[in-house]
Formats: sequence, structure tokens, C-alpha cells
Amino acid sequence: MVNKSAAVDFMTLEEAIATHVQDGHSVALEGFTHAIPFSAGKEIIRQGRKDLELIRMTPDLIYDMLIGAGCARRLVFSWGGNPGAGSLYRFRDAVENEWPVPLELEEHTHAVMANRYVAGASGIPFAVLRAYRGTDLPEYTENTSIITCPFTGEELLAVAALKPDVTIVHAQQADRKGNIHLWGIIGAQREALMCAKTAIVTVEEIVDEIELKPGGVVIPSLAIDVVCVVPGGARPSYAYGYYDRDNSEYLDWINHSQDRKAFEQWLVDTELREHVNAKAGE
Amino acid sequence: MTSTQLIKDTGYTEWTDTELMTISAARALESVTSCFVGVGIPSTAAITAQRILNPELILIYESGTIGSRPDKIPLSIGDGALCDSAISTVSVPEMFNYWLQPGRIDTGLLGAAQVDRFGNLNSTVIGDEYRRPKVRLPGAGGAPEIASACEEVTVIIKHSRKAFPEKVDFITSVGHGRDMAVRGALGFAGQGPVRVITDLGILEMSKEHGELMLTAIHPGVTVETVAQATGWDLLISPHLVVTPEPTQIELDTLRQLILHSSKR
Repeated sequence: MVNKSAAVDFMTLEEAIATHVQDGHSVALEGFTHAIPFSAGKEIIRQGRKDLELIRMTPDLIYDMLIGAGCARRLVFSWGGNPGAGSLYRFRDAVENEWPVPLELEEHTHAVMANRYVAGASGIPFAVLRAYRGTDLPEYTENTSIITCPFTGEELLAVAALKPDVTIVHAQQADRKGNIHLWGIIGAQREALMCAKTAIVTVEEIVDEIELKPGGVVIPSLAIDVVCVVPGGARPSYAYGYYDRDNSEYLDWINHSQDRKAFEQWLVDTELREHVNAKAGE
Repeated sequence: MTSTQLIKDTGYTEWTDTELMTISAARALESVTSCFVGVGIPSTAAITAQRILNPELILIYESGTIGSRPDKIPLSIGDGALCDSAISTVSVPEMFNYWLQPGRIDTGLLGAAQVDRFGNLNSTVIGDEYRRPKVRLPGAGGAPEIASACEEVTVIIKHSRKAFPEKVDFITSVGHGRDMAVRGALGFAGQGPVRVITDLGILEMSKEHGELMLTAIHPGVTVETVAQATGWDLLISPHLVVTPEPTQIELDTLRQLILHSSKR
């Protein structure tokens, strides 16, 4: 059921996660390389959520953290690497060795994921595109089916709508009514927000009045449920116009993630967890 | 990194095999209008092409930027620098649905972990078992639709028997499928992977033979070396040529770009 309320709850990130993200939920943290909601992801780890179905086109470091911390049972995605740096080692350890818990995969392409968000945002059960012909993808994934175009007879791929329980994105600004202003690379954030049961946005700041930037979009509060003010909430990714991507942190992630013990230590050092998982040394 | 060092008459000039691979890919973009670019060496090659070989080249990144003129090699496909210089930045659904899918983009420039004799690409898993892979790779990203919708695709990949198996472990992006008949039956508008540029030479899709054929070797490389680094009985073109050596301007441009990009 679509939320028709224009009222937006302003709350802390801690409250937002505690209230809206529950064990077993499907959760999409979106942001296509830009404005990745890292602070929200870390808060989910800090609150110890588990059995999540994580949805995201590019899992990136943010899902490597969540997967390594054991928050996820399932991942729906299209590209799982550390951009420009190589592997996501916690993701690989989960897939290759079921550590710390088995991770079920449902993988697609960017085009398919984008269309699944579009279908969800449109309130229809599926979207249609030209994809997967001749590849091995259909044999190993779910939620796609071949359909015949009723007008031309062409065989096309139908892809099921994504309907996450919660979507969280990061944006530069919100006004006091909860209208969201996002500019730069906007990815599939609008679609991801509009297909979710609960739409949460972390923002750099609240402004009295939105002054639309070139290429910017305003997402009216009608589509937003919760706004949290989290300056720096996209670090180490970037918020266009506010701060740059911290490439060194992306490159350095290998040192915190390649080894289980190092990752456990990182969780403790960054105060996401109180104690290291003793089994990590095995 | 192994390097091919050559002494030219004009003095001591050397370049690495990776540099020549990148420059060869840039040369393949000399006369195209638009190029869908992946991160890594494809991006380095495309920016090099835009600087010296094809100034009007429209670079398109899957993050939504169209017409970028990056001053550095982006570490990710969504760096702010791509947005700063773009003609337009569109959403990801718009990029794939309105720009890529209808065939508006000439060329795709892709990397992969494996390529086989029919030009199929694997970027999903290494090993026989999908659910318990030897190596879990990042996955498809935008590549499968780039391979099917662009007019043609150039693949950049380093040569080795592991990277050039007779059959890829997983078809992430289809070239000509498990046999040459497949592509025609799939009804794609584009030709798929038409050339594979490596650190040893260039392979091109032979319409006559229905598989990749070695058409160029890089200076100092032998056909035997290429054959040994290929996991199938590689066809050799009767018109095999030697790749022209990198020019000074090509090397200078590439090196300055890499040097400038390392100052992050």
C-alpha cells in the first residue's frame, strides 16, 4: 500500500533504524557510487540486525561491512566489487566459505536491477526489457521470465518489481517539510525510494528553501517517510558539492577486510561492535 | 609486470606491454562517435583516445554521465569528475533504457576475467560450480547489455591460458554463444565483441570462421607466445600484422594521464 502522507518524521539515525529496520527485512541502501548511505549501513551493524535481504546494484564497501558483520542472509545485486580496487573480501568469504553465515545470492545486471526498481516505483508487478538472451544468467537467478510482446512478437525479459521493506538513500539537502534535494549522479535513488514501504533519507543539512542545482532533482515529501540529518553520512563515498570520495579509504579497505580477524578488529575499533567474534581466528 | 623493451634507431625508448595494450584500445576508438566505458584500463584507453586521437569522442559511463571529459582516470564509474564535465547526467534507469537499449551507442569497451573463442565474456564466477565457485568475481554490472546493444564491442584483457579458455566458465556477456549460430538467432542489433586487445596482440572476430582470429601481434611478440597463452587452437590470420609501435605523443599522453591520476 502506498503511503499517501505528506508528513515526514525527522528523527535521529539511531531512532530511524531502531524503528524501521527489523530482523528479516528486505532493505535497499542505494546510491550509485555517489552518496552511498554509509552511516545508515554502519548503524544497522551497530544495532545488530540479522537475516536481512540486502538489495543494491553495487554492493560496494557498505555491503561488504554488513555481510562481514553477519547482518545478511540474502543479497540481490548486480556488481559486487570494490570500484577501482578489486574484490570485496567479506562478500567473497561469505559466498566461497559461508562465513560468517551463508549468503544466498540473486544476481542480475544493472539494467535489470534498474528496471525492477522502476516497476516497484510504478506500482506494477514487472518491467520489460531486452536482456539475458544467450547468457547463463537466467539459469542461476530468480524473478525473471521470458514473455512475448503482444504487439511485435519479440521475446523480451520480464523482471519482477522490487518491493523492499525499507529503502535508505543519502542526499545533500532536505527542507523543513522533508522535500529532498539531490544533485550530481542520481543513480536509481528516486526509483529505489518510491518502491519501498518505508523511505528513509539521510541528508547533509536542512535548508530553509531549496535552490535547485543544475541537474538536480527534488523528491517531494509525499514519497518520503523519514529524514535524518547526518552530515558526512556518505563518507567514504562522496556528496557532490559537499565533499569528495575518499579514494584512499577505498584502497585501504583491503587491509580491514581481506582477513577475518582484521575485519573483526575493525568492527571493534570503529565501535560498531563491542567484542571480536572469537571464531574469526579459525 | 613484464615489459617489452625495444631499442629504436632514434634512441632508447621503451614501453610496457600494458601501455601498448591500452594504446591499441585507444586507437580502436579513433573513428567512433560514442563509447560506453567500463572502469580500469578501458577508461584509461578511452580518455587517451579523447585527448589525442578523437577529440569529439562522447564518453558514456553507466553511472549516467554522457559526454564526460575527465581530467583524471576515475577510480569508480561514478566519480564527481565525470559529472563535472558531462553534457548531461541522467539517472541509471534512463541510461540503460533510453541510451543503451535502443542502440544509440556505437562502441562498448569492456574488460572481463575470461574470454573464449566465440567472444563470450565471463565476469561472474571461476570454477564449475556457480554456488561454490573457486573465485567469486564481481558479477555482470552493465556488461551484458553493453555487449548486446552497442553496435560493436572491444574487449581489453591480458593474455593467459586462464583468461582465454576454450569455453568460459560462465557466460555473463554473450559474444556468439556456445557456437556461431547463436548470435544470429538472438536477434541483437549489434555485432557483439568484434575485437579483443591483449598485452600480446589483437584478435578479431572472423565472420568466415565464426571465431576469434589473431590478426596482429605486438612488436617483439611471437605467434608461438600468443598460441601458448591461449586455451584453444588459435586461428592465425594469413594477413597477420605487427602492431605499430606507440608514438611519442601516445606514450606521453598516456603517461601524463596516469601520473596526474595518481595524485588523488
